[in-house]
Amino acid sequence: MGAPVHVAGTGVISAIGNTTMECFAALKQHVSGIAPLTSLNSIHKGVLPVGEVKLSNEQLAENVGVDKTLNRTALLGIHAAKEAIAHAEFDIHRWRTGFISATTVGGMDKSEIFFPPFLVDPTQGKLRDVIYHGCGATTDLITAALGITGFTSTINTACSSSVNSIMLGARLIQHGILDVVVAGGTDALTVFTLNGFKSLMILDDNLCRPFDASRTGLNLGEGAGFVVLVSDKVLEEEYLESLAIVSGFANTNDAFHQTASSPDGRGSFAAMQQALTMADLLPSEIDYINLHGTGTQNNDLSEGTAIKRLFGDAYPALSSTKSMTGHTLGACGGIETVFSVLALQHQCVFPNLRFEQAIPEVGIIPQKKFESIAVRHAMSNSFGFGGNCSSIIFSQGR
Amino acid sequence: MKAYIKGIGNISPQQTWGYNNFLDPPLEYHRNDLMAVEPDYSQWINPQQLRRMSRVIKMGVTSALMALKDAELEKPDAIITGTGYGCVQDTTSFLTKITDFNEQALNPTPFIQSTHNTIGSQIALLLQCHGYNQTYVHGAFSFEHALLDALMSLQENSAQSILVGGVDELTQISHAIHTRFDKYRREVKSTLTLFDAAEAGTVAGEGAAYFVLSGKDDTQTKACIHAVDTLFQPVQETLLAWIESFVRDRINIPFEDIDLVLLGKSGDEKADKQIDLMAKTYFPGASLGVYKHLCGEHSVSSSFALALATEILLSQHIPEPVIHKAVSRPIRNVLIYNPYFYQHHSLIFLTECHDIK
Repeated sequence: MGAPVHVAGTGVISAIGNTTMECFAALKQHVSGIAPLTSLNSIHKGVLPVGEVKLSNEQLAENVGVDKTLNRTALLGIHAAKEAIAHAEFDIHRWRTGFISATTVGGMDKSEIFFPPFLVDPTQGKLRDVIYHGCGATTDLITAALGITGFTSTINTACSSSVNSIMLGARLIQHGILDVVVAGGTDALTVFTLNGFKSLMILDDNLCRPFDASRTGLNLGEGAGFVVLVSDKVLEEEYLESLAIVSGFANTNDAFHQTASSPDGRGSFAAMQQALTMADLLPSEIDYINLHGTGTQNNDLSEGTAIKRLFGDAYPALSSTKSMTGHTLGACGGIETVFSVLALQHQCVFPNLRFEQAIPEVGIIPQKKFESIAVRHAMSNSFGFGGNCSSIIFSQGR
Repeated sequence: MKAYIKGIGNISPQQTWGYNNFLDPPLEYHRNDLMAVEPDYSQWINPQQLRRMSRVIKMGVTSALMALKDAELEKPDAIITGTGYGCVQDTTSFLTKITDFNEQALNPTPFIQSTHNTIGSQIALLLQCHGYNQTYVHGAFSFEHALLDALMSLQENSAQSILVGGVDELTQISHAIHTRFDKYRREVKSTLTLFDAAEAGTVAGEGAAYFVLSGKDDTQTKACIHAVDTLFQPVQETLLAWIESFVRDRINIPFEDIDLVLLGKSGDEKADKQIDLMAKTYFPGASLGVYKHLCGEHSVSSSFALALATEILLSQHIPEPVIHKAVSRPIRNVLIYNPYFYQHHSLIFLTECHDIK
């Protein structure tokens, strides 16, 4: 690991709260944000449980002072990124500042409106609904709202996207290319993803039960999570508090199957192991793992096996906060990074709701309740389709 | 930061793969959607895997395999992909089925393959490559950011070989939508005379170009990439200042030492005028080349330009259809300037690596 990169601000919006502190309160009180779908124009409305952000597009737009016709992915992203920048409490525009987002759906929520009339007649469908379809175009809407004109990029490695965005931010700072990077990810619920996961038969019709023996699938969610990353120099010159240090990360590929993880968790094992090596830490020095823990048979068994192989029986406190937020796809790494930073800041670990019985093959018992413990180093895992596995370690700030 | 190009795989609307004379003869089109000249994929991918792949995945995977073969490398240490729109065919196919079947009894295959990282992950799966795997999806900066990542990775560890590429497909649906934004010429007499007519609009294209990059120079090196930079939505003044500072401060050579500038002129009269003016101001003594009439305009056309620049450096010959202005001098330093619909601007600087004989 090169020069230290610090987290100087956090912003998050998810099914359990519209700000970092609201989410923290919900995590503390074991509040799940998952409930039957209310927002989308879908046959699954009122039936499938999802983790919806409780604000409408109009409310999101009003909170951050932007046009309410922007796509929801951008609105969620602006909401969380603005919070992160405000939280960092310094003028980011004084520095070489970049913005890196991660998203899997981009402007899909609007493309879904464009598409049916277009299918009937290719001259139909409002162009304003499709112009920001691309993932990058959605990011450009966010940077425009933030006033960031420097390096801007977007990553899509499915559900591991946000961790890769934060990794890239840290590397750009370490290489001396940027001083400040706002990095994370955002994804809105869409009919497209809802039906995609439904067709794969990995959605639980009830509330998801990550790492439980009886788990039958995931609940989709939506939201955004961003952090403000700064160099040592920025930290010192701006008199900032280091909320956490990015101490290690790794991106690997399972190379096993397009949508399934290998039974032994080869990719996830390598990601966690390489992140530990970069951080120069022993497995025993990790005090909390924020699991990928989607609640699918395949992910939890694979991730659990990898953890068992790496940490043995002395695995640290671990939990899937997706039991409260749902699986927010490209945003989950950003949201869970903020939660991992909260664990370090407040010296606590978060609950894995609805756990009753350990997966027999691995026997891992996750953290069942909110608890205050010493957390020196927290690890966050994010794995995605295409075998993309990323793991990142945050250490106590100084 | 230096990255040595060891191998190239390039599938484009030109005959850019196989044993051919590069762009001799060039392929001419009389339409505004230039589709890639596709190889017989069964020569590269086994039929069982091939059957499941959409066209963009086939193009991406095969161009990656071509690059590896060219570099005589079995497996890279990392795979970095840039794609502006990803797997368009699968995305629109799943969207269509959601509408047609009213969200019921859907086949998951197009959804599975709709994710932008499918191309990079299919390459990893095929090669059993467990290393770093990344996909940039930032419009016309996607390939540039993949390249920047590769340059940083090689600086972190120069012993690596990295597969880096740009892939984007043109489909009937995507073309129909882009056409409604008035981006393209309505009538195209010939793509080879695209720059002769003073008209608005460009032609659409597609392509897949992967490169094997390494941090170590050896006799296999084709060319050396030194720097890449991107600029979004600048006013003219900022744009010029950025180009100046890239040459002066980043690559740090006198302007007159740049032997060839590949200009991303698109055929759109207004946009091209600005590009010509820039070239005349800064590079009056350099050879000038053009390429978008050959590959069409798309999010990762800069990857076609990089393959072209490498061929030129190796052969010391600028193919006839590329010549915008020819100056007789050895070509050691090449600058690629790739603008995309006024919004995205990028610069890539590369040089020859060994003394020209």
